[in-house]
Amino acid sequence: MISSVSSRESASVSESVVPELVEVAKQVVRMCEQAGADAAEVLVRDGSELTVKVRMGQPELVQEAGSRAVGLRIFKHGRRAVTYTSDLRHRSLESFVAESVALAGLAEPDEHGRLPDSDELAHELPELELYDDAVAQVDAAWAMKQCLAGEQAARGFDPRITNSEGATWSRTVGATAFATSGGFAGGYRGSYASMYVEPLCDDPSDPANPKKRNGYWWTADRFLARLDDPEAVGREAARRTVATLGSKKIATQDCPVVFDPEVGRSIIGTVFSVANGSSFWRKSTYLLDREGTAIASPLVTIVDDPLIPRAPGSRPFDGDGLATRKNVLVRGGVLETVLCDVYSARKLGRRSTGSAGRGIGGNPGPTTSNLVLEKGVGTREALLEDTGRGLYVTSMMGFGFNPVTGDFSRGAQGFWIEGGELTFPVSEITVSCNFDDLLKRIDRVAEDLDLRSSTACATFRVSHMTVAGTSPDQSAA
Amino acid sequence: MPTTVPLELTAPFAPGGETAIDATLAQRLISIALESGGDAADLYFEFRVTADYALQEEQVKSVGRGVTLGLGVRVTKADATGYAYTEDLAWERMAHAARIAGQIASGGGAPLPVAASAVVLPDFYPVARPSLLEAPGDKLELLRAADRAARAYDPRIVKVEASFVEQIKEILLFTSDGKMARDVLPLMRFGVSAVAEQGGKRQSGSSGGGGRYGLDYFAQAEKDAAAHGREAARVALAMLDARDAPAGEMPVVLGPGDSGILLHEAVGHGLEADFNRKQTSNYSGQLGKPVASTLCTVVDDGTIGSSRGSINVDDEGNPGRRNTLIENGILVGYMHDRLSARHYGIEPSGNGRRESFRSMPLPRMTNTLLLAGPHDHDEIVGSVKRGIYAKRFSGGQVNISNGDFVFSLTESYLIEDGKLTAPLKGVNLIGNGPEVLRKVDMLGNDYQLSDGIWTCGKDGQSVPVGVGTPSVRISGITVGGTQA
Repeated sequence: MISSVSSRESASVSESVVPELVEVAKQVVRMCEQAGADAAEVLVRDGSELTVKVRMGQPELVQEAGSRAVGLRIFKHGRRAVTYTSDLRHRSLESFVAESVALAGLAEPDEHGRLPDSDELAHELPELELYDDAVAQVDAAWAMKQCLAGEQAARGFDPRITNSEGATWSRTVGATAFATSGGFAGGYRGSYASMYVEPLCDDPSDPANPKKRNGYWWTADRFLARLDDPEAVGREAARRTVATLGSKKIATQDCPVVFDPEVGRSIIGTVFSVANGSSFWRKSTYLLDREGTAIASPLVTIVDDPLIPRAPGSRPFDGDGLATRKNVLVRGGVLETVLCDVYSARKLGRRSTGSAGRGIGGNPGPTTSNLVLEKGVGTREALLEDTGRGLYVTSMMGFGFNPVTGDFSRGAQGFWIEGGELTFPVSEITVSCNFDDLLKRIDRVAEDLDLRSSTACATFRVSHMTVAGTSPDQSAA
Repeated sequence: MPTTVPLELTAPFAPGGETAIDATLAQRLISIALESGGDAADLYFEFRVTADYALQEEQVKSVGRGVTLGLGVRVTKADATGYAYTEDLAWERMAHAARIAGQIASGGGAPLPVAASAVVLPDFYPVARPSLLEAPGDKLELLRAADRAARAYDPRIVKVEASFVEQIKEILLFTSDGKMARDVLPLMRFGVSAVAEQGGKRQSGSSGGGGRYGLDYFAQAEKDAAAHGREAARVALAMLDARDAPAGEMPVVLGPGDSGILLHEAVGHGLEADFNRKQTSNYSGQLGKPVASTLCTVVDDGTIGSSRGSINVDDEGNPGRRNTLIENGILVGYMHDRLSARHYGIEPSGNGRRESFRSMPLPRMTNTLLLAGPHDHDEIVGSVKRGIYAKRFSGGQVNISNGDFVFSLTESYLIEDGKLTAPLKGVNLIGNGPEVLRKVDMLGNDYQLSDGIWTCGKDGQSVPVGVGTPSVRISGITVGGTQA
């Protein structure tokens, strides 16, 4: 019954696809109810992808496919089951629904695990311009040309660019529909295109241990016309790569640390990971009981806004079927609220912030939409000048964060700042301090904010952190 | 307990299934895939059923189940790959996917597909009864047993969560050079996490395991559900007294087993042949050269019984194998998929793996091991005047190009005058692959394989892997603590 929708030959998602998918979702809700569910929620996704990759001027990959799946959440006698399938043959679907209903009986009753109250549900959905048919119209040949141009610009930028991990152009387009026994029914189309270029240099600076140096740059948008030129992406990727030649370790020390937006946004994402309803009711965050108090420097205001037209993380309704809204997590350093879905809000005795995300095969949970650290004042250059000396971080590695204690320690790469300017490249070091201190030590935020990514920030500075690198052998002492 | 509808675990494409695929039909699809002139093609049918059970607040809050079905078609022309997939096994959809994948090739005479014959496969994970067929109530009881054991361990344990995930994956693949292989891969994973609280301080600990087992996994010594519950509680309590870790370069001793993550990151990824074929790894061009201390012999072994990373056959139709990568410090081999093996003119090594029918195969690790050495564990720890002992980890990451890698410690101790003293707060180690492997100066005789919890990510594809190592002493590596 669903194959009629997704056997489209073109990637275009016509306007009629959304109501068709919503109708399918409603039908499956009825199937669940007929099979004995007290209530059901059904998510239907139908989309397609195209990925084209070029390396050293030659095509390396063309991948193209359509995909669809149905996700169910079944409620029965206060118990829940979450199931999904991509096997949509009618007979399979019927037995799958029956199994899902039976499965719900295995869980234990959970008073908070009910459908959202009907007065919470979204009724009118905003038009957020999330779909651009031009993205769907791109064919493999056109994407290949973009990749060739991007990679060529990178390889031509500097003779020290000797190799390439390639250039990749990809897009996803599709539609999502959601229907529930509680009376919600809605859907929307979306598109997203991106291009990524990754050049390589040989770094002979240590003959005993020859290394390659990689770097990258990218562009992404829901709208094709808003992508950067492939040549500009390639040149920026090359500039960033060449700049890392001769990277070295620095001595272990305490110093100011400036975060490039490319890596700073993972710090902002980490704030969400300890400031959401799920981490609160599960008591798995060091921020427990800290709402209404200062958790960061007064320069820090963090907003989650799902209603920005055309933005990458925007959504007209959330994974519970609630209207989405702008939420301020941190205002002037004070933790105002934590993002909640319906379940975590009930566990905490409050109302959802309309922040539920839902994958095809999981329970809803709090997620971010467009999570932004509000920009400060002054250019990045002025911030560096003001810093004098310190570390400028361009990338981080590893999983060194403990949400329960806030201990933060990650591998880092970047540049040494001296005389207010970036000097030599630095690698194989770590940056560490407790996350609570890190947020409170943010003492400058620049104005260079762009909203390419769904989590975003400008360049910012932490007054001091521990940088671990080389040290004189103290073990003998 | 209400009864459930019996699970249908047979793939629709298996003989007798609703959309049974035989060699004749496969050959027709491969012919379509090669119509535009590709060099080679393969078909990868996959049917996967998963189930998961999660306990929070002493209750089984939710149960889940998922079914995935599809076909991936790959066509290669020189080093270029065309890939398409479909979740609908109707003939016209499969033929459409084959044509789309074939478009990568333009012109040229396509080879005629060779009639398929079945590859004879070993059986590295004989499971008498997949856990998916066992009564769900038994699995819920495992979660409750772990929860009870963790809470009973100490009154300071204030929170316990437990999960059980199980899966059966059936694959059927055909290649244009005449291979046909069918495999059924069971996989289960059990995990417990605990939070301890004392005097306003909170700490967490976890324990888990699994592999290509049925519920017989839990019958092994110290691997029953309660043992994992106690271990999670023990780690959380031990960490209550943790102090800030030091910062800077110092000797580090890695405990046996899970420390193999260091190996996986420091050397494993860099020896995946796609990076070397493209000359993008810091190990490119190093075959036959010393890349580690002479103590080090590193193998990738897909044949270990029931291990999480083991495979009877890789996702290109080549049987799982044990391959030596580094022998006494000398680099002797890479891990290959079909593309890289052809580039190097050698036999595929059984390392062509993919996450699912939606992804093309890449050279990937299976179980990556550092073999045992001559030293006693206590002798190794006793030799260190001031350093760190690493016991538990949350993961690692490597930059293939320059060889820098990190791995994150969740349970570690200070070594002072040859003895483990204070527990340390979570900390990262950072090093450079070849440099660190050259600094391996003592190797234990206490080799252990990790319990089955690790998942490896590459190019957005996740595959289950194993690691193994004895105790290892590294004479110096940067410890990313806060005490400069």
